[in-house]
Amino acid sequence: MAGLTDLTLKAALDGLASKAFSSEEITKAHVDAVEAARALNAFVLETPEKAIDMARVADARRARGEAGPLEGAPLGIKDLFCTEGVRTTACSEILGNFVPTYESTVTANLWRDGAVMLGKLNMDQFAMGSSNESSCYGPVVNPWRKAGGNADLTPGGSSGGSAAAVAARLCLGATATDTGGSIRQPAAFTGTVGIKPTYGRCSRWGIVAFASSLDQAGPIARTVEDAAILLTSMAGHDPRDSTSLPVETPDFASFVGKSVKGLRIGVPKEYRVDGMPPEIDALWEQGIAWLKDAGCEIVEVSLPHTKYALPAYYIVAPAEASSNLARYDGMRYGLRVDGANLTETYEKTRAQGFGEEVKRRILIGAYVLSAGYYDAYYLKALKVRRRIADDFDQAFGKVDALLTPTAPSAAFSLGEKSDDPVAMYLNDIFTVTVNLAGLPGMSLPAGTDASGLPLGLQLIGRALDEGTLFSIGGALEKAANFSGRPARWW
Amino acid sequence: MAIDVATVRKVARLARIAEPEERLASLATELNGIIAWIEQLNEVDTEGVEPMTSAEAVSLPLREDVVTEGGDPEKVLSNAPRRTGDFFVVPKVVE
Repeated sequence: MAGLTDLTLKAALDGLASKAFSSEEITKAHVDAVEAARALNAFVLETPEKAIDMARVADARRARGEAGPLEGAPLGIKDLFCTEGVRTTACSEILGNFVPTYESTVTANLWRDGAVMLGKLNMDQFAMGSSNESSCYGPVVNPWRKAGGNADLTPGGSSGGSAAAVAARLCLGATATDTGGSIRQPAAFTGTVGIKPTYGRCSRWGIVAFASSLDQAGPIARTVEDAAILLTSMAGHDPRDSTSLPVETPDFASFVGKSVKGLRIGVPKEYRVDGMPPEIDALWEQGIAWLKDAGCEIVEVSLPHTKYALPAYYIVAPAEASSNLARYDGMRYGLRVDGANLTETYEKTRAQGFGEEVKRRILIGAYVLSAGYYDAYYLKALKVRRRIADDFDQAFGKVDALLTPTAPSAAFSLGEKSDDPVAMYLNDIFTVTVNLAGLPGMSLPAGTDASGLPLGLQLIGRALDEGTLFSIGGALEKAANFSGRPARWW
Repeated sequence: MAIDVATVRKVARLARIAEPEERLASLATELNGIIAWIEQLNEVDTEGVEPMTSAEAVSLPLREDVVTEGGDPEKVLSNAPRRTGDFFVVPKVVE
């Protein structure tokens, strides 16, 4: 039943509820789609037997009248989430064949609500990258190609496997994480919807850590409503993560379709950067016009420290990473490469186990935290981070949400930026500010460029105000009526 | 503040990553490129600004100091690269 993979999550849940098809049927359709799409390299581990088992359990629960909100819906899980009994590697050789004996809180919440796991999704190693090229399993290939072209494009990163799998109809939705743009940039590159919620909305417990003060989980899906349904299940207070916020999770889907009339939308002038393709500027203008038509008031705002967000991020994130990744010492789990003594064992293990970009970031982190440089770099970056958060506070005194482009370009070719770290980092220029300030940010597809590749718009909201983003996102989605999908070549 | 080969060697040692001698010069070039780009932060006036260590305005929660989980050595050891009985086997630490 190939048509089952074309359904939105919402339509699939409705079909399951009306018994139009079973979870086993829709799960099998997705298992087959996953198997047929290995050319995309989106999955690093397929769990078809587990998926069918979970689907049968879901069907039985539904038959007993005990269906959860996601009962029987097959999803993909980014390989950063620990899954009990199922290999979890963060796509790094250093985790080797690590098989967690526990389940991350976010995935446990999804299983509690009845979701079915199809397998683990490819990603940039330790979520460090914007093109998926740092994965030890090789890059994911974007299901989208330029019109008339057959060059392999990046799906973005780090959640490239999640975005590609959702765009290619391999799963109804996927988990992802976002430390500097890793949900929103891949969503923009693949014509999908992604939301990074407020820092603290989703528990980080059981998610392999990159930069703890920035990391947040969120969903990637094909519609705003689907993203809302998934986030409602994923979020929630968790005493096992001390930064998890003790707040109620609203029914986010109830915000989709609400009127946005009278909302004030800020357009930050600093997001007009040199060298941005005219199509992205035009799409941004179009987005502004759509929201005006929907009754929003457009207000120009200033976020004066925007250009300093990326350099501040590239101190804060590597500093936290160098500390977090100190745990990979080859003693308790993962790879061990024996040396002549303990120190040499550590050094050889980490040299072989970590990829080049991960090592680069650990070295930068160790450098900016080392004696003599701590004040000049790390402390300075934390102060700039405060300035960036204050900019947002000021803006949200005047507006209810901000509208910006998601990324400065459409999907680029694999290999195009892999030799220039700074050029790669610039991908996150519009997304990283939100992580530093801890705010929610959503990307949704709004149009295509001249070669037919999808482009995304980003909405930024006040802390814990994802609901407003879902309302505005719903209005933009309706106006944009983005119906593009990648033509199947795999 | 340019990073030279000696600094890369020192930082790699601090980070416990074996970087071969022949790789140090190119690493120094890469890291200098990144650090030079980061230096633009010096343009920002941060006089009197409180460093931001968390995106949340709340203080960390406290809980009773009691055992919440544990007592399952098999789970703890299940991914050990090397073990004997209920112990991790590690290289000799004290001579």
